[in-house]
Amino acid sequence: MTRVGWLKLVFFLVCLAPLAGLFWKAATANLGANPIEIITRATGKWTLTFVLVTLAITPLRKLTAQPWLIRFRRMLGLFAFSYGCLHFLTYIWLDQGLDIHSMTKDVSKRPFITAGFTAFVLLIPLAVTSTRRMIQRLGGRRWQWLHRLIYVSATAGVTHFLWLVKKDISRPVIYATILCMLLSYRVVVWAMPAVLGRRRRAAAMADVAGD
Amino acid sequence: MLIKKPADVASSEITLRRAYLSRRAFMAGGAAAGASLLAGRKLLEMAFLTQVVRAGTKLNTVKGPFGTDEKLTPFKDVTTYNNFYEFSTDKDGPAQLARDFRTRPWQVRVEGLVQKPRTFDIDDILKLASLEDRVYRHRCVEGWSMVIPWVGYPLSALLKQVDPLGKAKYVEFTTILDPKQMPGQRSRILDWPYIEGLRLDEAMHALAILCLGLYGEALPNQDGAPVRIVLPWKYGFKSAKSIVKIRLVEQQPISTWNRAVPDEYGFYSNVNPEVDHPRWSQKMERRIDGSGIFGSLKKIPTRMFNGYGDQVGQLYAGMDLRKYF
Repeated sequence: MTRVGWLKLVFFLVCLAPLAGLFWKAATANLGANPIEIITRATGKWTLTFVLVTLAITPLRKLTAQPWLIRFRRMLGLFAFSYGCLHFLTYIWLDQGLDIHSMTKDVSKRPFITAGFTAFVLLIPLAVTSTRRMIQRLGGRRWQWLHRLIYVSATAGVTHFLWLVKKDISRPVIYATILCMLLSYRVVVWAMPAVLGRRRRAAAMADVAGD
Repeated sequence: MLIKKPADVASSEITLRRAYLSRRAFMAGGAAAGASLLAGRKLLEMAFLTQVVRAGTKLNTVKGPFGTDEKLTPFKDVTTYNNFYEFSTDKDGPAQLARDFRTRPWQVRVEGLVQKPRTFDIDDILKLASLEDRVYRHRCVEGWSMVIPWVGYPLSALLKQVDPLGKAKYVEFTTILDPKQMPGQRSRILDWPYIEGLRLDEAMHALAILCLGLYGEALPNQDGAPVRIVLPWKYGFKSAKSIVKIRLVEQQPISTWNRAVPDEYGFYSNVNPEVDHPRWSQKMERRIDGSGIFGSLKKIPTRMFNGYGDQVGQLYAGMDLRKYF
């Protein structure tokens, strides 16, 4: 196996650690008084964390000039989706007891559930089109456009977190701040050529005028 | 769904709890022996915690009215799952952070529109009336509930000592302000000190108690030691903890949660499955009764006034409870 291959394997196991931790706590009856709340919060936290880490790959590899980092992005994204599935399953099964009626009401009536549900649903097409074959079938450009849905999903996910807390918003604000930074990077990169180009033209004009 | 038990098992339940805790420590010990260092540390923490919550002195109690035959929430859950923002917004925070909270000396000032304003010492409060075991349902506004064997006596017994004036219409409770001891008060999550309030007739109701203990022992710090209010027909946050002042007033007090988020937390905050919290439903609740993941799978329906409608319903006769939520 290559070096990146080994690293990927190690990373894969590290990404499983939060889940292993939950299982360990459940097995030793250490999930506290309200186990379902603990499971819901942990899976939710790790979903959002993996979404943000996935979004951090591009800025990180560009700013540090480490192109190999891109090889971790799909795995991290799929971990975000996996933890998202666990979070969603916890909600529909452990929390709502598979009561479809109460759930459909919840999704339409509770803004924080609507936001969370949106965030999760938007991850599905990204996970489905994550294989090499799907990238080839869609074509790079279309695939890239589709995968920009992650920006919407991440924003909905952080909003879901912000809206569900009772009063102490310190933790959701940390996630919101990091997301803002990661999205700002994209805006800057997207706007930069235009701004630079304009400045260069202006400078050239000034040169001409000055001489 | 509920395991029926006679109402008067509270004292034997305490022995069971001890046995249960030591059995758990034994089993966890066996598991940890073969496991990592990290787990060993966790176990130490657990053992230490158990020791601390046991430190509560035994109280002499008599059986009180309004019992229930529902399964009691284990002592461990009552003392490790707490909403006590003065210490932490994490439920498991208060048990750790309130460990060294000083509850002696402690005084409670009762003043305002009363004939005889007075400062009570906590040890006098403990002797003011006979301490009753009151097994109450406790419903949190967040959607979980417990069944707790509180120890206390009617709040009215204390209020009668100061002779409220005819003008007095409301009672205001103030929790201690002590950011040095209470780390949560160092951040501005809420306006400190914590204020709660009741209409005088609510405060004089036989269900409203001045609470000094639980499970036959003095109140653990994380549950509002040394003295708190317990109002079983209202959402938990109405029952102010670690109180230092009771003031009788003419105008309706502005409670802390009401000031913070007026459209989510009303002055009355009676348990009401028909009036949703703006962000979540109040129709169901998850009963914390020690049965773990699989036991708490099913939620139970929330009852009007938390099942105390027969006792307190007439207090709100003719009121629009959607308006006065």
